[in-house]
Amino acid sequence: MEQENILLSFKGVVTSDLLTSVLQIMETKMDYMEESPKTKKKVFNVLVECLQNLYHHIDVNDENAAEQRKLIEQKSALFLIAKEGDFFQIRTGNYVDKEAAHELSEKLEKINGMDKDQLKQYYQEVLSNGTLSDKGTAGLGMIDIARKSGNKLEYQLLDVNDKTSFFCLNVKID
Amino acid sequence: MENLILEGSAKTPSVTFNAGEGKLELKGRSIPENSVEFYKPLNDWIDSYGSSPKAATVVDIKLEYFNTSSSKCILDLFKKLEGINGKGTDVSINWYFEEDDEDMEEAGEDYQAIISLPFKIIEVEEI
Repeated sequence: MEQENILLSFKGVVTSDLLTSVLQIMETKMDYMEESPKTKKKVFNVLVECLQNLYHHIDVNDENAAEQRKLIEQKSALFLIAKEGDFFQIRTGNYVDKEAAHELSEKLEKINGMDKDQLKQYYQEVLSNGTLSDKGTAGLGMIDIARKSGNKLEYQLLDVNDKTSFFCLNVKID
Repeated sequence: MENLILEGSAKTPSVTFNAGEGKLELKGRSIPENSVEFYKPLNDWIDSYGSSPKAATVVDIKLEYFNTSSSKCILDLFKKLEGINGKGTDVSINWYFEEDDEDMEEAGEDYQAIISLPFKIIEVEEI
């Protein structure tokens, strides 16, 4: 684990309390690292968005989860935070509905096709015209992650069955 | 009217809204999963404050971090302030960021572009 420089990895159900703990652990860990305050803040910010995406957007398909164990499996998400050379890496994995997956990949392609200024403009547009969902999501998370990380968002959508996909996101922060 | 004073927590900022002085401050971090609940009383307070405001209302935003759920709520709060501006009070906003924190500086610029209130972006050594 030391060689790969994994700072933290987790598999399980993502709750609000879990996020509070994970963010506290990561802040303490980064306190001991020789990164600039700027980098630490960037990593923390991107981490908050990535983890809150997991909290808000795990789709559970009840029909496919007849057994209790399977339901917990579907509610579970994965995440891993690592330091590789000069950059930080945040990887997440979670189940999403096929329909949501389609929208998500369209959004990510749009974001990945934008440069820094276009992302800023897009963010301001969604911020001023959008509304918050009941869950409190603003539709800004991925744009914010792309802006702050300064890199393209690497992702994969894997087929699980006819209703569900597994979404893998890999964010690199310089 | 009563002041609104809230202590900060791991996911929410400290709030010091002083009606007598016309000074409103948000400080710390704003990263709750759902920000609506947290910001509702702040917006309500501004509504009541707007009925008998001080001649000058100064808003100091000193945030270390905020998530995208909060970003929308902060915009709504600024819009509330826009709504009371010129109606017995002149509202101005000071957006603070720590030196080298370009992300927080840019976040200030985002709001500056959207909101039509005097909006200063101020660099400080530490928030």
